[in-house]
Amino acid sequence: MTSTAHSVTAPGPWSRRIAAAVVIAYALITMIPLIWILLTGFKTPPDSISYPPKVVFAPSLEGYCNLFTTRSRQTPDYIATLPAPAGVCDEVVRKRNMVIAGPSNFVPRFFNSIIIAFGSTALSVALGTIAAYGFSRFKVPLKDDLMFFILSTRMMPPIAVAIPIYLMYRETGLSDTRLGMILLYTAVNVSLAVWLLKGFIDEIPREYEEAAMVDGYTRVQAFIKVVLPQATTGIVATAIFCLIFAWNEYAFAVLLTSGEAQTAPPFIPIIIGEGGQDWPAVAAGTTIVLMPILVFTVLLRKHLLRGITFGAVRK
Amino acid sequence: MERVAGATPPVMARQVRGWSDGTVAWIFIAPTILLLLAINIFPLIWTIWLSFTNYRANRPNAPVRNIGIENYHSILTDPDIWAAMQATAHFVFWTILLQTLIGFSLAYLIDRKFRGHGFWTTVILIPMMLSPAVVGNFWKFLFEPQIGLFNYAIAFISGVDPSSFEMLGSVRLAPWSIIIVDTWMWTPYVMLICLAGLRSIPDYIYEAAEVDRASRWRQFWSITLPMVLPFIMLAVLFRAIDNFRVFDMVNLLTSGGPGSTTEVASITLKREAFEKWRTGYSSAFAIILFVTVFGLANIYVRALNRVKQR
Repeated sequence: MTSTAHSVTAPGPWSRRIAAAVVIAYALITMIPLIWILLTGFKTPPDSISYPPKVVFAPSLEGYCNLFTTRSRQTPDYIATLPAPAGVCDEVVRKRNMVIAGPSNFVPRFFNSIIIAFGSTALSVALGTIAAYGFSRFKVPLKDDLMFFILSTRMMPPIAVAIPIYLMYRETGLSDTRLGMILLYTAVNVSLAVWLLKGFIDEIPREYEEAAMVDGYTRVQAFIKVVLPQATTGIVATAIFCLIFAWNEYAFAVLLTSGEAQTAPPFIPIIIGEGGQDWPAVAAGTTIVLMPILVFTVLLRKHLLRGITFGAVRK
Repeated sequence: MERVAGATPPVMARQVRGWSDGTVAWIFIAPTILLLLAINIFPLIWTIWLSFTNYRANRPNAPVRNIGIENYHSILTDPDIWAAMQATAHFVFWTILLQTLIGFSLAYLIDRKFRGHGFWTTVILIPMMLSPAVVGNFWKFLFEPQIGLFNYAIAFISGVDPSSFEMLGSVRLAPWSIIIVDTWMWTPYVMLICLAGLRSIPDYIYEAAEVDRASRWRQFWSITLPMVLPFIMLAVLFRAIDNFRVFDMVNLLTSGGPGSTTEVASITLKREAFEKWRTGYSSAFAIILFVTVFGLANIYVRALNRVKQR
């Protein structure tokens, strides 16, 4: 402990080396489940459940094929009468005495995820930006209470919120619609957007807009032409946080959608093959859903702290 | 939104230099407030009303009776609910303890600023950005007895037979399985906040301590820890609120089982509301959960402020 304590003089080379070794070991260990997801996606179902677990295996596209298709079992005699396989998946599937019956629901579910995530992000960032500007620049009565109210809406347990929303959506015909999910995710995300963006806008000096207004701009023009360009980084960072939330959300999606508007997270766990869960297909779907988030995390790393603490810690 | 915009007198809307600041403020803030009123507050009020009735969502035409505080009474005397609260408390306590210890230690080590620490920090942060549902679901596979990688690794290290224990299937181990997954996922969160705390300590304080010949041990306890404490408490606050309402990962890993050993509050609530369809009863439970979260958060924020003032 004493050898690694904070010190004015830079930490000694050994203290640094030990710190590096421990941190890197931790990082590598926590990566194992993710690497395993990636690998399992390229295994055949028998390889995925072999004992001991296989690290070296012949890569196969079966998981991805199973993710995107539905299949039916046929006799080898019937398969022998079919014309030559039309694609990689055809070939892979026929080895298991199956033929492709049609596309699976994964693509529509993934598409729902995209529409709902981007739709709710656009709305919550738009609403959040103007509200944040309002809270940042003007004397709003009960400002602190309103800000706390906005934050508190995000603390509610999702299942508790889902009970009345379920009834409300049933009455208004919004159940299992993309619009319903977009509105719901917007309401959840707008609290984050207001808090984060207020922090970003607070950092833009008022003098800029005031100068523009002296030059004859109205308040709204000054906001659009002066403040918005200055807040671009903050707006983009906030948008990515909203996207990640909507993309990852599961509780509302599993309770309030069943078909039409179902997103990818509730769909992936219910992918089953013959005799239980089709783990390579699940891993393939998981990989596809996680990839965008990996990219976003790298893009966001400078603003992560701010985002996860609602702007409470700014670094 | 329309109502507020319509209520703005046309005279005010067309002044010499556009809307007055007050008008702009309200036009900018109103849409957000209206959305939250419609999607959060109205439903909340509805929930409160339902909590005093015997309403069942799967029988919308049955007569709804006001039964007063009966729901609340039966919840607070129901041993199953108390078991769920206990399971939740166990989960929250251990996840926060582990995440704070590991997260702080990691932050402390990363603050040594070894070469490449930025890259490794980003790598460590990845799990917390991922979907708890999608990744949590995959942990089910890692926890499979015999073929699961987790069991295999434990067997490899300790020498026990990998099919001799079931992480998700055994009453003793299942509560720890969800703690392991949550800790894997959220330790980076605590680490990131602690790291910000460590970096906020100005160097001159350590320089002064060095001049006074304070030992490194002493410096840690009387400078580092007290100055990082508000950050740690902030992390604990956010983690506690989040874990109190944990749902996704538990629902997919164990859905409350085996028996009801991992049935945390949200799982019980889902069962009552969306499987047994006791809407009135579950509304009352939802209200109790709200009050608990807000109560705890309030007490905690007050404690946090006191620490900050010190």
